[in-house]
Amino acid sequence: MRRVSITVNGAEHVLELEPRELLVYVLRERLGLTGTNVGCDTSSCGACTVLLDGESVKSCTVLGVQADGCEITTIEGLATNGSLHAVQEAFRAEHGLQCGYCTPGFVMATVGLLRETPKPSEDEIRHALEGNLCRCTGYHNIVRAVQAAAAEV
Amino acid sequence: MTTVEQDVTLGRIVGTPVERKEDTALLTGQAVFVDDMSLPGMVWMAIVRSPYAHARITSVDVTPALAHRGVIAAFSGAELADEWQMSLPCAWLPTEDTKQPNHRPLVVDKARYVGDGVAVVVAETRGEARDAAELVHADYEPLPAVVDPEQALKDGAPLVHDEFGTNHCYTWTLSAGEVDEEFANAGVTIKERYRQQRLIPNAIEPRGVLVQPFPATGELTMWSATQVPHIARVTLSMVTGVPEAKLRVVAPDVGGGFGSKLNVYAEEALALVLARRLGRPIKWIETRSEGYQATTHGRDQIQEIELAATSEGNIRAVRARLTVGLGAYLQLVTAGTPLLGAWLYGGVYDIAAYDFECTGVFTTTTPTDAYRGAGRPEATYAIERAVDALARKLGKDPVELRRLNFIRGFPKTIASGLTIDSGDYDAHLDAALELLDYDELRKEQAGRRGRGDTKELGIGFSTYLEMCGLAPSRILGAIRYGAGGWDAATIRFLPTGTVQVLIGTSPHGQSHETTISQIVADQLGVDYDEVEVLHGDTAVAPLGMDTYGSRSLTVGGLAVYHAAERILAKARKIAAHQLEVGENDLEYDGGTFSANGSSLTTKELALQAWTAHNLPDGMEPGLEATYVFDPENFSWPAGTHIAVVEVDTETGAVDLIRYVAVDDVGKVINPNVVDGQIHGGATQGIAQALWEEAVYDEDGNLVTGSMVNYLVPSAAELPSFELGRTETPSPTNPLGVKGVGETGTIAATAAVMNAVVDALTPRGVTDIEMPATPERVWRAIEEVER
Repeated sequence: MRRVSITVNGAEHVLELEPRELLVYVLRERLGLTGTNVGCDTSSCGACTVLLDGESVKSCTVLGVQADGCEITTIEGLATNGSLHAVQEAFRAEHGLQCGYCTPGFVMATVGLLRETPKPSEDEIRHALEGNLCRCTGYHNIVRAVQAAAAEV
Repeated sequence: MTTVEQDVTLGRIVGTPVERKEDTALLTGQAVFVDDMSLPGMVWMAIVRSPYAHARITSVDVTPALAHRGVIAAFSGAELADEWQMSLPCAWLPTEDTKQPNHRPLVVDKARYVGDGVAVVVAETRGEARDAAELVHADYEPLPAVVDPEQALKDGAPLVHDEFGTNHCYTWTLSAGEVDEEFANAGVTIKERYRQQRLIPNAIEPRGVLVQPFPATGELTMWSATQVPHIARVTLSMVTGVPEAKLRVVAPDVGGGFGSKLNVYAEEALALVLARRLGRPIKWIETRSEGYQATTHGRDQIQEIELAATSEGNIRAVRARLTVGLGAYLQLVTAGTPLLGAWLYGGVYDIAAYDFECTGVFTTTTPTDAYRGAGRPEATYAIERAVDALARKLGKDPVELRRLNFIRGFPKTIASGLTIDSGDYDAHLDAALELLDYDELRKEQAGRRGRGDTKELGIGFSTYLEMCGLAPSRILGAIRYGAGGWDAATIRFLPTGTVQVLIGTSPHGQSHETTISQIVADQLGVDYDEVEVLHGDTAVAPLGMDTYGSRSLTVGGLAVYHAAERILAKARKIAAHQLEVGENDLEYDGGTFSANGSSLTTKELALQAWTAHNLPDGMEPGLEATYVFDPENFSWPAGTHIAVVEVDTETGAVDLIRYVAVDDVGKVINPNVVDGQIHGGATQGIAQALWEEAVYDEDGNLVTGSMVNYLVPSAAELPSFELGRTETPSPTNPLGVKGVGETGTIAATAAVMNAVVDALTPRGVTDIEMPATPERVWRAIEEVER
């Protein structure tokens, strides 16, 4: 067991973690933040994407102990004072989600993308989101949502 | 065919792109999927799975697992054999002599595919259960595998089920008209052979189940990532002996299904009996790689299709022969899935004679079952590819040949025997050609060819027809399906003016809460936000047949519509009584009944029905109605999809550069939802053409065993879609709706492959096996050049 300190959505947590615990399970099972989903076991689908010190990462590929001293933002931490983040709003307005299981990952990946590239082209959007899989939307409306969010942010 | 009057009064919210009710929870992490739930005292289940495709089990020793930290119980298949009252359910045995294996949740004698369950471990944590499962010691005597359905039919092939003495499961036929005569007299015939490769559905949420026992009463509640909570309740009651009245099944938020969750699985049965046995809540969550082995696959067919036509190109007759890999067992609709396409191998073409035969075969692989479109994408693929082949043989433009043969004049009974209620195939073809700018593209294609461009352009068509809205119960009975095809709804107008709608269909991404609210709000004259749609819980909405086969609107939505009509009929009686006028003197508009200058709203009437102070003599209090709707006919969406590809003849790479789709799905309740279904459906069809394939090696190992080597497409592989719409309302239901959930998948695969072949036609390539990977395309070009 190792003691770590992780700030999640602005709140600091001091935790005793097994070295093999993945960040996604620390978030989901230790902290009860179940908005971050698990869709695969090969880091392929991106459903578990969160922001680590502002950069989007797949939380199934990060060990909990590696997040020691880091700031994590999950889907639960995105809305402020009850209003949705511009990216969340854009996904809603553009019908960028259906079953919604991949959605927290897409939203976080988009927040990360727009931080780095505020006005991405369609091609840049499609390639930047290559690591996130959606089986419902065919990505058409996800791309529209990212474009709409980029216009807004 | 009975036609009904269209309800033209709906249109305040119906038909508009209102924002979805489902979204806020899903966008903020507040949705509750099975894996998000835990209960006090909950323990975890892990399954020990066979690493062999085919092996006799000589012994299973669970004692090493029992010694592991946190382990509560562990059982071999033999140790649980007495728990099962019957085989895992198969609802569709297509012929009287269909061979149905006894499919136990854990095997006892031998394993029949890689992933077949041989033992189960229960432990305090997820990790402990998985670690301990590794310690179970099973001895296997490996037997030869057989993964190809045609090989499995040969003499001497390894037998998946020894007791049958063959791997043949059933042969089902459908024949109409003078097929042999048409072929004998044909000006031209063609014969094509296609392979529908095996696919893995890949709902992004893996399967999972959580069972809570109530030992004092014998009740059990099961939360499952399922499309079919109602079917699961009925069948799991029969499998486990838990009385149906004591079993509650809940589908909470479910992250996609595409047919893979249209099933009743071993893990659900195991979790139920172990929770009953151990008296503790039990949870199981599939890992993705485990799901690749343990969750049903789709397709896996060899198709032979023959067309007989006049020398002018009039198609007279179609013959289709399928050999289908069923996998090792019959899951819920494994055997019947290919037959959902049985009536459609003639496509949208006016033919005189029809002959269809399907043979199902056991192989040592994961069972196949419904996957988006289920039988109908395969049928569409075969006829649409074959029509292109005929066009090539006749030297005709594929558009011209299609038009020459279109069915026109509805209702129309087609050669395979069913009646198409409505359609206008010229309309969507015309609209699609206009969106595409066909002539311009053909010019560009010719230009590239003229200058010897190494990147060829290909244009591919699919003018598809879908048979959906599953299904008229009488027809299901006639084809030996074990249940009905009706669905149910209850509407409860609450005294304070809001409305609960209990539906028997069970969404997992299709937007039922939104679209059903739109219909009810319009009918009852309340706000969209005043309607609450409840679903997926057998304790809340006990009657239902769940969600698959594009049925939730065309069957479930009609049950809602008729229940609301019953509410209005009762409200009208109360209004007439209280306003002292005749029922027929009342005008109804947007939630208000009025006559002679006085009026009552539906909300006021709901309160009146609740207080029951002043109701007509003998009337029951309350404003609530249930309707069980059994459709009289299937519904018949159709459309034109066109793919434009660029094929790099030097590398074999195929780039899908445009995708045009014009669909006629009847009346549209929410255009955003409809477009979204088409985008996603088409993507799955495109993926079959270009990327996806579940591959077994000859020893029966699933080579594409994870998302790393099974290519689920990302945004980077796809273009934006160009959609259009035409509308011929279905005359068989008052909403005029036809269903949209599977259209895209049914249409797309043929369009893309026709485009790839079209690109390479001048080079002599006439077929490429799916998926059209760069290697396959490159080899096909090389072969004809040699």
